[in-house]
Amino acid sequence: MLKRVCRIVCLIMLMPVSALAELSIEITSGVDNPTSIAISPIMMKGAPLAEDISAIVGADLERSGLFSAMPRANMLSNPRALSEVYYRDWRIVGMQYLVVGSVVRQADGQLSATFSLVEVAGERVLFTHVAKGRDSQLRDIAHYISDKVFYTITGIKGAFSTRLAYVTATKEGGRQVFRLMVSDADGARERLMLKSKEPIMSPAWSPDGKELAYVSFETGRPAIFRQRLDNAKREQLTNFKGLNGAPAWSPDGQSMALVLSKDGNPELYLYRFATKTFTRLTRHFSIDTEPNWMSDGKSLIFTSDRGGSPQIYKLDITSRKIERLTFNGSYNARPRLSADDRTLVMVHRSQGIFHIASQDLVTGDVRILTRTRLDESPTVAPNGAMLMYATKRNNKGVLAAVSIDAGSRFLLPSRQGDVREPAWSPF
Amino acid sequence: MKLETLKPLLACAILSSFLVGCSSTPSSSSNGAGVGSSTIPADNGVSTGSIDGDGISGSDLDVDGGIETVFYFDFDKSTLKPESLAALRIHAQRLIANPANVRLEGHADERGTREYNMALGERRGSAVQEFLVLQGVDPSLLEVISYGEERPASLDSTESSWSLNRRVEIK
Repeated sequence: MLKRVCRIVCLIMLMPVSALAELSIEITSGVDNPTSIAISPIMMKGAPLAEDISAIVGADLERSGLFSAMPRANMLSNPRALSEVYYRDWRIVGMQYLVVGSVVRQADGQLSATFSLVEVAGERVLFTHVAKGRDSQLRDIAHYISDKVFYTITGIKGAFSTRLAYVTATKEGGRQVFRLMVSDADGARERLMLKSKEPIMSPAWSPDGKELAYVSFETGRPAIFRQRLDNAKREQLTNFKGLNGAPAWSPDGQSMALVLSKDGNPELYLYRFATKTFTRLTRHFSIDTEPNWMSDGKSLIFTSDRGGSPQIYKLDITSRKIERLTFNGSYNARPRLSADDRTLVMVHRSQGIFHIASQDLVTGDVRILTRTRLDESPTVAPNGAMLMYATKRNNKGVLAAVSIDAGSRFLLPSRQGDVREPAWSPF
Repeated sequence: MKLETLKPLLACAILSSFLVGCSSTPSSSSNGAGVGSSTIPADNGVSTGSIDGDGISGSDLDVDGGIETVFYFDFDKSTLKPESLAALRIHAQRLIANPANVRLEGHADERGTREYNMALGERRGSAVQEFLVLQGVDPSLLEVISYGEERPASLDSTESSWSLNRRVEIK
C-alpha cells in the first residue's frame, strides 16, 4: 500500500506553476458535533520539515466537516512517539483522538514516517503505521496519514490523496487566457496541464487517473483531446463540424461517451479507442448532451430537452432504451453519480436560481445542496462523501464543496481569475 | 416575414444542413491559438500577451460596412428576433454577390450548464445559418461554431450583461 503512494507520485512529473490562481481553503460550515482530534507535530529529529505534515493532516480532516483539529498552541504536550503520550493531557482538553508520529531519513535517503492513531478515552492504540517517500512527497505522506486516520475513525475511505482538475480563465495583457490545471484535493501543488488563448472546457479523468480528456478550441473550433499527466503527450480525438464536447471515459477505459452535432443536432456517441470508431447512441431532434457513465459501464445518464425542458435521462447502451429520471423542476442538467450509482447530483433551477441538487435514485428524494446562485459543474469525490462545484463569489468564478448530506461546506477561493469546471479524480 | 411562415422552410434548411454537416477532415491545426502544454517550462505564469484593446471577443455592436454583425436572442431561445432580419438579408445579398467563407459564432449567457449552453449557442448559430440559406446563400460558405458561455461579451452577472451575451456573431 505504501508503494502505491510512491508509484503515483513518481508518475506525476508536472511542472509546478507559480501562484497563478492558487487555491486556498475556507471552511464555511461543518457538522454540529465534530469529532475532536489532535495531531501532535510530526517532525524529523525534533526539527520542522519542509512541509508541516500535522497541519496538512489537520486541515484535511477539518475539510471533511466531520472533524475539529486542535490548534497546536492549545496542546499541553507534543509527543513524538507513543511512549511520550500522557493520556491525561488529552483527556482534560476533551480530545477524542490523537495522532503522534515522527519522520526519519533511511539509509537509502528516503523519508520514513511512523505514525499512530490513539483513542484517548479508551487509552487504545488503533494502529501504528509507516509511510515512506522522497523529500518531494511530504504532502503525499500527509494525505496518506489523513486517509488512514479518516478511514479508521469513520469507516469511509479517505479521498485526501486524490486530485482535482479544473479550468481557470484570467485576463492577461488585455485578453482571456485559459488554463487546464491539476491540483491536490486540497488545492495545493497546482500544476499546469494546458494553456491556451482559446477556451478550454469539460475536463474528465480517465478511470486510472493518468489522463484527462477535455475540449479545447485551439484549432478555431471545439475539439476533444486526451492528454497524459506524466508526460503531457496528447492526442486530438475529434474534429467534426459542430459540437465536439462533453467527453466521459467509460469505467473500463476502453471507450468514451461524447457529444457530436455533425448530423444536425447534438447527439451522444460512443468512441472506441481501439478501433477509433464512433457509434451514434441517440437519435432525437432535441439537445442530447452531458453523458456520464453508470459504474457498470452499461448505461449512460445524460441531459436532454426532448421533453420540452432540460431533464436527466438514462440510456441503456445495448437496448437503446431511454428512461427519464428527473421530474422535479424545469431545469435539471449535467448529471453526475456517486460511485455506488445511488445518488444523482445535477444542476437544478429553482425559482430562477441555479443550485446543485441531489436525487436519491432509489427513494426519488430531491434535495438542494447549495445556497449560492449560478452553481454548476458538480463532481462527486470518489468516496461519495463530498461533491465539488463551481459558483460565483464577488462576480468571480470559484470552486466550492459540500458534503453529500449538505452538513459541511468549504470554499476554494483563488487569488486571481475565474476557476471553473472542477473534476474530482478517481482514487 | 413572420417566423411562423418560416417554419417549413427552416425544416428544409435543417435537412440541407444534414447533407453538408458530415465533414470529418483531419485536423489542419496550426498552433496559432497559442497553446502551450505543461512540458514547456517557459510558462511561469507571467503574462506576455500583446495589447489588443479589450481582448474579449466582440463588442456588443460590431459593424461591417454599416451592417450589424451581432444578433441577439431571448433567454433560452434560438429564434431570430424580427429586428435582426433586415440586416441578415443584407448579409445574405452580399454573400450571394461575393461568396466568402463565414463563421457564425453562437453564444449563450452564463446561466445553465456549460455543455448545454454549447448546444444552445449552436442552435442560435444554426438559426442564422438557416435564414441565410433560405435567402439563397451557398450553405458550404457557412460554418456554425458555438462558444457556449465561454466567450461572454460582457462579464457581469446581470440581466443587461446576459442579454449582450446571448448572441450570434457573423465573422
